[in-house]
Amino acid sequence: MKNTERSYMESVHSYGRTWGLIVAFVLICFPAALSVIFGSLPDFKMLLKGIIATAPMYWAVGIVEIFTYVPMLGAGGTYLSFVTGNISNLKLPCAIDAMERANVKASSEEGEVISTIAIAVSSIVTTLIIIIGVICIVPLTPILESPVLVPAFDMILPALFGGLAVVFISKNLKLSVAPIILMLALFIFVPALNASTVGIMVPVGVLFTVAVARILYKKGVL
Amino acid sequence: MEFSVNSPILFIIVGAIIALVLWQSFFFLIKAMKRAKQLGIASSTLKKTISSAAIFTVAPAVAILVGIIALSKSLGLALPWLRLSVIGSITYETVAAGNALEAAGMNAGTTISDPSVFITVAWVMTIGIAAGLILVPFVTKKIQSGLLNVTMKDKKWGEIFNNAMFLGMISAFLGYVFCDVGLVFKGDTSGLIPVCVMLVSAVVMAICGLGATKLKIRWLNDYALPISLICGMASAIPFTNLLGGAM
Repeated sequence: MKNTERSYMESVHSYGRTWGLIVAFVLICFPAALSVIFGSLPDFKMLLKGIIATAPMYWAVGIVEIFTYVPMLGAGGTYLSFVTGNISNLKLPCAIDAMERANVKASSEEGEVISTIAIAVSSIVTTLIIIIGVICIVPLTPILESPVLVPAFDMILPALFGGLAVVFISKNLKLSVAPIILMLALFIFVPALNASTVGIMVPVGVLFTVAVARILYKKGVL
Repeated sequence: MEFSVNSPILFIIVGAIIALVLWQSFFFLIKAMKRAKQLGIASSTLKKTISSAAIFTVAPAVAILVGIIALSKSLGLALPWLRLSVIGSITYETVAAGNALEAAGMNAGTTISDPSVFITVAWVMTIGIAAGLILVPFVTKKIQSGLLNVTMKDKKWGEIFNNAMFLGMISAFLGYVFCDVGLVFKGDTSGLIPVCVMLVSAVVMAICGLGATKLKIRWLNDYALPISLICGMASAIPFTNLLGGAM
C-alpha cells in the first residue's frame, strides 16, 4: 500500500510538471503566433508600460499564492488550478467544500484525490459553460448585462464566503476570533484594501492564522 | 492576414488551446478516480463530490462569462475567452487589459483595430501573470514534501494547520466584505450591500446545516454551498435596490 501511495503521488507530480510546462509553453507562444499570423509586432514602448503597470504586483502575488494555495489544493489540484485559473473565487472553495463533505483532510491522500476530482470537474464545467456562452453570446449578452442581474454577479464573493465561513467558523470557534478581528479592522480602516487588493491579504490572513494556531496549540487551548 | 479582433483564425487557435486544457482536466480526473477506487473511497462519495462540484461551479462560471462579455467590447471575443478559460481570474484579466489599453491611450469601450495594439495587450496579459504558471511545475513537489514532513510528525497539529490555512483565507475575504462599510458615515449605504449578502448566505448555510442534521435531509448537506451561494447572489438584487448604487 505504501508503495502504490508513493507511486501515485510521484506520477501526479511528474505528469503535473509535464502538463504544466506544455501549457505554459503554448500560452507563451500564443501572442508570438499572433505576430506571425497578422504580420505585426507588438508596440514595445506600450508593452513595457503595460508590463510595468501589471507584472510587479501580480508576479509578487503569484509567487506568494503558490506557497499559500499548494497546501490547500493538493498536488493534482494545484497543477490543474494554476492552469485553469479563478482559484480563490471558484476552484479553492469548491475543493474545500468537497473535502469537508467527504470528511477527508487536505494533507491525506484521500484529500488529495477528492480535491483533484472536485477541481477537475469544476474546470471542465467552467470551460463548457464558457463555450456555450461564447456560442450563444448574442442572445445571452442582454440577459447577463441586464441591470436587474448585474448586482447578483457583483456580489458573488460575499455570497460565496458567507456560506463557507459558517462551516469553518462553527468548527473552529476559538481559532477564528483573532484572524476575523484582524481582517475586519484592516479592511475597514485601511482604505487601500479593497476588491483588487484582497488577493494580497489572503497570504497575510493565512500566515497570521497559522501563527495564532501554533501559539494556541502550544498552550493547549486547541 | 487581415486583422480583426474576431478573426476566425483566432477562434481556431483559442479553441485548440482550450481543448488541450480540457484534456488535462479529464486526464487528472480519470487518474484521481482510479486512485480513489484503490483507496476504497465509496463510489457514492465520489458521485456526490462530482455532482456538487459541478452544480456549485455554475454560478461562478456564469459570472466569469459576464467578465468575458465586458472585455469583449474592446478585445473581441476570442482573447478574453482564452484568458478567462485558462489561467486568469476576472479581477486580474480586467486590470491587465485595462493597464495595456491605457498604455496605448485607449479606453475599454472602443474595439481595437490595430493588430499591434492587440498583440501588445495579449503579451501584457500573458506576461503579467506568468509567475505562477512557470513556477508551479518546479516548486509544487518541494512545497508538498516539506509540508508532508510537518504534518506527519504531529498529526493533530497537521489537522489544525490545515484548518488554520482555510480560516486564514476565509477571514481575508470576510474582511473584504466589510471594506466599504465606512461609507455609511458619509451617507452612502451601498457599502452595506456585501455585508447583507454575506449574512443571507451565512444564514442559508446554517439553515441547510440544521436541516441536514436535525431533519436528516441528506441532499441539503451536499448542496448547501451552491444553495447558499445562489440565495446570497439573489438577495443582492433587492439589497442593491434598497441600499442603492453599484459598488
